[in-house]
Amino acid sequence: MTYFLQQLINGLQLGFVYALIALGYTMVYGIVRLINFAHGDVFMIGAYLGFFAMANWHLPFPVAIVVAMVGCAALGIFIERIAYKPLRNAPRISALITAMGVSLFIENFTNLNFMFGPAPRAYPRPFAIRTFDLGGVSISNIQIIVFTVSILLMVALSLFVSRTKIGRAMRAVSLDKDTARLMGVNVDTMISVTFGIGSALAGAGGVLYGIAYPQIQPLMGIMPGLKAFVAAVLGGIGIIPGAMLGAVIMGVVETFTSAYVSSTLRDAVAFGILILVLLVRPTGLLGKSLSEKV
Amino acid sequence: MLLKVTDLVVDYGAIRALHGISFEVAEGEIVTLIGANGAGKTTTLRALSGLVKPSEGQVWFDNRRIDGKAGHTVTRLGLVQVPEGRKPFSDMTVRENLLLGGFNRSGAEIQAAMERVFQSFPRLKERLKQAAGTLSGGELQMLAMGRGLMAKPRLLMLDEPSMGLSPILVQEIFSIISEINRQGTAILLVEQNAYMALKVAARAYVLEPGRVTLSGPAQELRQDPRVKSAYLGE
Repeated sequence: MTYFLQQLINGLQLGFVYALIALGYTMVYGIVRLINFAHGDVFMIGAYLGFFAMANWHLPFPVAIVVAMVGCAALGIFIERIAYKPLRNAPRISALITAMGVSLFIENFTNLNFMFGPAPRAYPRPFAIRTFDLGGVSISNIQIIVFTVSILLMVALSLFVSRTKIGRAMRAVSLDKDTARLMGVNVDTMISVTFGIGSALAGAGGVLYGIAYPQIQPLMGIMPGLKAFVAAVLGGIGIIPGAMLGAVIMGVVETFTSAYVSSTLRDAVAFGILILVLLVRPTGLLGKSLSEKV
Repeated sequence: MLLKVTDLVVDYGAIRALHGISFEVAEGEIVTLIGANGAGKTTTLRALSGLVKPSEGQVWFDNRRIDGKAGHTVTRLGLVQVPEGRKPFSDMTVRENLLLGGFNRSGAEIQAAMERVFQSFPRLKERLKQAAGTLSGGELQMLAMGRGLMAKPRLLMLDEPSMGLSPILVQEIFSIISEINRQGTAILLVEQNAYMALKVAARAYVLEPGRVTLSGPAQELRQDPRVKSAYLGE
């Protein structure tokens, strides 16, 4: 039982990081119907920004998170402007292929020696690790920070989307762009805001991932990115609470697979979930019917 | 003139939807565009709102040239379209829909605009917290118009407000349109229900595939034999 609880905590830690990435996938899909395959690489850039902030610029950890979030927000907005916006009215497949191109570009460009270089780097520890014993189950201060920061960001996002004027306008754009325009909403601005917020969350996720699994390299975004994408599909792509739910399930299932079955099988199980969802419930756990509104 | 449209041409790819139409709306006036399905009425409104770009022609609103401008900037100037099919944001509450209508207004203005909307549409006040998707057809039309009013329009463009409504509701909607107009808002009304439209409007233009074929005071057009046989079923 304590082993089970221990694995559950480890799974939640992974799940919360996935959630921060999955939110960006789902928000971007909700507003422009695009799977932004470069999103996992934005997460990687976030991890590196956090690395530089702490290791090179000696900034405290909370500031490092902010640096990563702001930097990634700017990167996300920039990517949308130069790569996706020109294709706004092109067939969807063009934008999808472009997203893969952007992803490959970021991965290979950052792999160059004058950029980050291919060698893995050890992530700085902003503080000593301490573990607390809760009746046999141990939880580290790193895990507590991952939980706290993720939950704070998710609550902030939910409040922003549901309560603020800009959040309302973002939802309006995702429901009906032309009618949103008639309300006086600048659709391009809202799309930028969405890319910015989604990328900022991925940036925060990158820093948390860095302190929790303390090694980073330019290809580190591929797997978490794909799994967060599966999580977004599992929860129902385009649905914000769905991404959080799907990501937590993914993290826990993956950790349990490693713990109880075999760690070599965990990726197979993760992507098996994607196949299963697409076969059984393509709209995801929280998705509504497929019928498109006219 | 509040709105002046000259030789407006709109193409959808190779298909020319509007072949150069001209019309105008004065401050405080109700003008109607009548015509059959496919005559280009909705296209005209969408071109004025900046949702489609005209290929030729000019649109002047309040002495500013607005053709080719982005949709959201046109709304800010006070030229506000209530779209065909009402287009509510179904998953959002009535209140959220109204707030979106006032997207470019300040907090104080929104309060005042909302009070004004409730005067015209008291039923919306009872439904504030309901999802817009759960409203009836008549209520949705009220919401669409209320949402338009939230933007404090100087010219409100209504696209088929009577569509799909019972005769009693049509009466009610049209009396509200007259009321909104009496309070000083000019109205450009696009309708297939020519009978009602000609009753409330001061002037009318008849649109026949892509062209204005007749125009004049609504009273006169009601007596015109061509209008009578084609649009009034007499």
